[in-house]
Amino acid sequence: MSTRGARAAFPASWWTRAGWVLLAAYVVYAGARLDFTWERFLVGLDNGARFIDRMFPPVIVQPDSLANGLVESLQIALLASFLGIVISLPVGLLASRNLMPVWATWPARIVIALCRSFHPVIVAILFVKAVGFGAMAGILALMVASVGFIGKLFAEAIEEISLKQVEAVRATGASFMNVITYGVLPQVFTRFIGFATYQLDSNLRNSTMVGIVGAGGIGGTLFSAFQRFDYDFVAAILLSIIAMIMVGEVLAGWVRGVFLEKGKVDGD
Amino acid sequence: MATSAAPGEAIRREWRRFTPAQRLARFTVYLVLAASIVWSARTVQIIPEFLYDAPEQMQDLLHRMWPIDFAHYRGGVHDALVDTLHIASLGTVLAVIMAIPVGVLAARNVVPFGPVNYLAKLILVSSRSVNSLVWALLFVAVFGPGALAGTLAIAFRSIGFVGKLFGEALEEANRGTIEALEATGAPWLSVMTKGYWPQVQPAFWSIVLFRWDINVRESAVLGLVGAGGIGMALDTALNLFQWTRVAMVLFSIFTVVVVAEIVVTQIRKRII
Repeated sequence: MSTRGARAAFPASWWTRAGWVLLAAYVVYAGARLDFTWERFLVGLDNGARFIDRMFPPVIVQPDSLANGLVESLQIALLASFLGIVISLPVGLLASRNLMPVWATWPARIVIALCRSFHPVIVAILFVKAVGFGAMAGILALMVASVGFIGKLFAEAIEEISLKQVEAVRATGASFMNVITYGVLPQVFTRFIGFATYQLDSNLRNSTMVGIVGAGGIGGTLFSAFQRFDYDFVAAILLSIIAMIMVGEVLAGWVRGVFLEKGKVDGD
Repeated sequence: MATSAAPGEAIRREWRRFTPAQRLARFTVYLVLAASIVWSARTVQIIPEFLYDAPEQMQDLLHRMWPIDFAHYRGGVHDALVDTLHIASLGTVLAVIMAIPVGVLAARNVVPFGPVNYLAKLILVSSRSVNSLVWALLFVAVFGPGALAGTLAIAFRSIGFVGKLFGEALEEANRGTIEALEATGAPWLSVMTKGYWPQVQPAFWSIVLFRWDINVRESAVLGLVGAGGIGMALDTALNLFQWTRVAMVLFSIFTVVVVAEIVVTQIRKRII
């Protein structure tokens, strides 16, 4: 079309425009269905101002229950990650399609899918009914979540390894366990450290929450402070949770730095 | 290698993969981890009596949940389930609208001004550090119980996630295209829409889809603290000990989560 000089450099796409219109229509429809009105929003903003006013300055009303809650959350996160990782290693290995026969991968994949599909808090409710209130329910709930997450990623990592090294180890007449230890694990170790630190981090976040349904940790303290309208204590708890999570994130980053060799990129 | 070993004599040299400093660091990590796990296991408060009958209790629970009360779906679950999907989707839309500017401000190559980057990153980190249930508690206290609190909780929790990944995608954008556009004297908005946007578009859609998937899962529990959706139905059934209805709610959550994941995987395969 060089003969016609005035061609638009970036022609408008009618499909894109139709997409925007549809999106806007959806937002209006869904907002109406969920009963969002300006009035409610404005009333809420008014409430919000008062709420923030009551939150500050934060006051630690019960230092003991704050400290105990934080320590218990930390314990839940550590134990749940440890148990979850220990269980997810064989499950992930069983689920890897390049090393295992079909009859082993399917059950393992179903276990992983079941563990992944429920939010930890819902799992925590069920465990609270089963083992009673307290940290045990939280540990079991987060353990289930960890098995789902690490199991899936571990299986995917194993499926991406180079089979040449596995074959080389096998050619020496190594036993199955030796093939796994020397042929498979070294190839997935760095990625595994990545998932493990990520999961520890995520368990730490969730361990502060499972207390809302009675499964131990700081969440219980937080929820009861909310119900007593002790908003200044709520603010103090929230700030300490955020501080703990940030420290955890820094530590996780440091651990990753220790294990991931600089200048050596695996795979990609 | 200037070794003093005479020819023929076996040179005793040990090959090690890591430097002593690396080994020490790794050993420290292992030691601290092992110590903290042992410490947790010994000090965490667990009531053993509760553990002994746990299998029985679990069996009892499953027994009470069966048969699933499918008839309850029409009356109490369907509307709540649709609400949950709307909360997740609207929350994602709202989060994306708020996260894009913050993500742009956080990208060092787009806004080459340190303090602004740090401020944006602080916003993103605080959004991510507060769990969506806590956001929901806060918004329920502000806006009262209902879907509005849930949607805002989902949105505020997602800002950090979407903004962080979007900012990182922007930082990875190819400089050449941007320079070419700037050389033509293109205004800032054009550089953004014609230079950066096409480069980050695949990452952007992938982030949005991923977050929507997570939000579907998360919005299912928000009702436990009164923020609307299927969680409210779950909470009611739990409080009334109507276990067959609890089973129905759990079954419907499971189905929706699985379908959402399949939808996301399919869309991702087609587009990206």
